[in-house]
Amino acid sequence: MLNPLSDFERNVRDLQAHIDELRNIAAKKGDGDAQVVNAALENLVSQTTHLRSRRYANLTTWERVQVARHPERPHTLDYVDMIFSDWVELHGDRRFADDPAMVCGLARLNGRSVAIIGQQKGRDTKKRIHRNYAMPHPEGYRKALRVMELAQRFHLPIVAFVDTPGAYPGIASEERGIAEAIAVNLREMAVMDVPILAIVIGEGGSGGALGIAVADRVLMLENSWYCVISPEGCASILWRTPEMAPAAAEALQLAAPQLEKIGVIDEIIPEPAGGAHANWKEMAAAIRDRLQAHLDELLELSGAELVQRRIERFSSVGVWHEKEKSS
Amino acid sequence: MDAKSWLRKALGRGVKSPQRKSLPDGVWLKCDGCAAIIYRNELMRNLWVCPRCGQHMKVGAAEYVALLTDDGFEEEIAAGLISADPLKFKDSKSYKDRVKAATAKTGLEDAVVAGSASIDGVSVALAVMDFNFIGGSMGSVVGEKVARTMRAGLERGLPVVIVSRSGGARMQEGILSLMQMAKTAAMAARLREARIPFLSVLTHPTTAGVMASYASLGDVIISEPGALLGFAGPRVIRDTIKQELPEGFQSAEFFLEHGMIDLIVPRTKMRETVGRVLRHLAAPAPVAGE
Ligand SMILES: [Zn+2]
Repeated sequence: MLNPLSDFERNVRDLQAHIDELRNIAAKKGDGDAQVVNAALENLVSQTTHLRSRRYANLTTWERVQVARHPERPHTLDYVDMIFSDWVELHGDRRFADDPAMVCGLARLNGRSVAIIGQQKGRDTKKRIHRNYAMPHPEGYRKALRVMELAQRFHLPIVAFVDTPGAYPGIASEERGIAEAIAVNLREMAVMDVPILAIVIGEGGSGGALGIAVADRVLMLENSWYCVISPEGCASILWRTPEMAPAAAEALQLAAPQLEKIGVIDEIIPEPAGGAHANWKEMAAAIRDRLQAHLDELLELSGAELVQRRIERFSSVGVWHEKEKSS
Repeated sequence: MDAKSWLRKALGRGVKSPQRKSLPDGVWLKCDGCAAIIYRNELMRNLWVCPRCGQHMKVGAAEYVALLTDDGFEEEIAAGLISADPLKFKDSKSYKDRVKAATAKTGLEDAVVAGSASIDGVSVALAVMDFNFIGGSMGSVVGEKVARTMRAGLERGLPVVIVSRSGGARMQEGILSLMQMAKTAAMAARLREARIPFLSVLTHPTTAGVMASYASLGDVIISEPGALLGFAGPRVIRDTIKQELPEGFQSAEFFLEHGMIDLIVPRTKMRETVGRVLRHLAAPAPVAGE
């Protein structure tokens, strides 16, 4: 599919290459020449930053979808590595298998133990296949539930990293009850008496995303999307061609700023100039700050209050007209 | 019983009579299973199940309420909820026009009707979906009505029965439709805590966002025979795995074989089976001397 951002990204990369080249030259030159080269360098760097911020400040909804899927964007385990310490990965649903498309484990956020669940994408072709493109089977959702129940038993907050095009639509998924696995997670997450934070870091595809996102706070990175169906899926059904995905993305209002306006998410975490992939460390630091801030607030509430508020939150979502009753 | 009084019974008191268009008009109808030409009244008497091949025809919510309950709805639940158009959604047609057309076609306010009723002598809170209303899809109104039906069960201590027939969440309400899955599942959690029986009845077809929320959460899950059940649509799966699907894949029988539902019951036995299950679960005390 056409990626309107890729030309832009290529230009930025060329600029970056120029900068690197100049840096090399500057390193080899004497002091006087180095000053000239450095001035040129600084100019280029600020140009690049400026270009990026300007371009990324005016993304269309479809372009945001492309950024959310950017191959260099940090994935769940990248954030685990950058934000948390003491990570212990926990495998398997104790029923059927370990699903590499869903990662779960225990870690510390600024010293406090939490449980982490999240869909995991792969960085290269081999790993992408291993992770099944972050499309979990039922055992992925059941593993996540098992670890959430563990967290609840030992009073650990839960942090969910959402990044999936959707649950896997395949024969094995249906045989093992993908619908049931998701449904049970929705029901059980509603009544967990520990704080649950969900953050959409890339793609929030449909029930496969919601299956780990029934949370007290739902955060989104600026260039992530979250919707009832993928733009391609919607376009195939309503426009009868996936080529209309850009129009579908616009109509579905699936980008973070639109969802904040609709009122289904709590906060957008701004991305560094040029998107999360342009500066992983800055992105991770911002996420750590916001996770900690929300967790501090939630830790003030009792388990019963958390459940009460969570159920109220999801029970009040929806827009309709109510006719006056005549009889 | 003639069709008119039958319909009146189906709709119960206080429910506006829909112009029923879920089945084609005419004295004779063709079965989509065996292509037999069958007298309409004979089909109706047999609850829209083909007497030749057993095909369960897709019926509207009104027909289903009539065949499942003893005497229609006693009192409607969450009547008067109408879909809004929060996203101002438009593809080849505007969402507003789709809702208008669906209302004209079915006489319904949205893809589910709900009310209190009696099933084989057991008082229940009942919701029944209608596929003719935008594919039985779940937007804010369907989610809210299903949730309020569950809440009615919770508040009045009535078992909850939900008859599903849906293509899934309604795309035209975007994320709001997705959130109805969480809303209904949260109410199912409350019912479970309160030990109120919740029975999920699956009819052809029940898929996607509805299957992945309340339809899969019944304490007991009963399906009509031959119903298409699943998460992803067969076409999406075929396109993903790029091979043909096995015969009978995603049928009620496939679901039973894989342990995903409790039982398959023909429509003609649905009322008494639902009644029997509910009497077991909602029995106030064991009968002495038995
Ligand atoms: Zn037939």
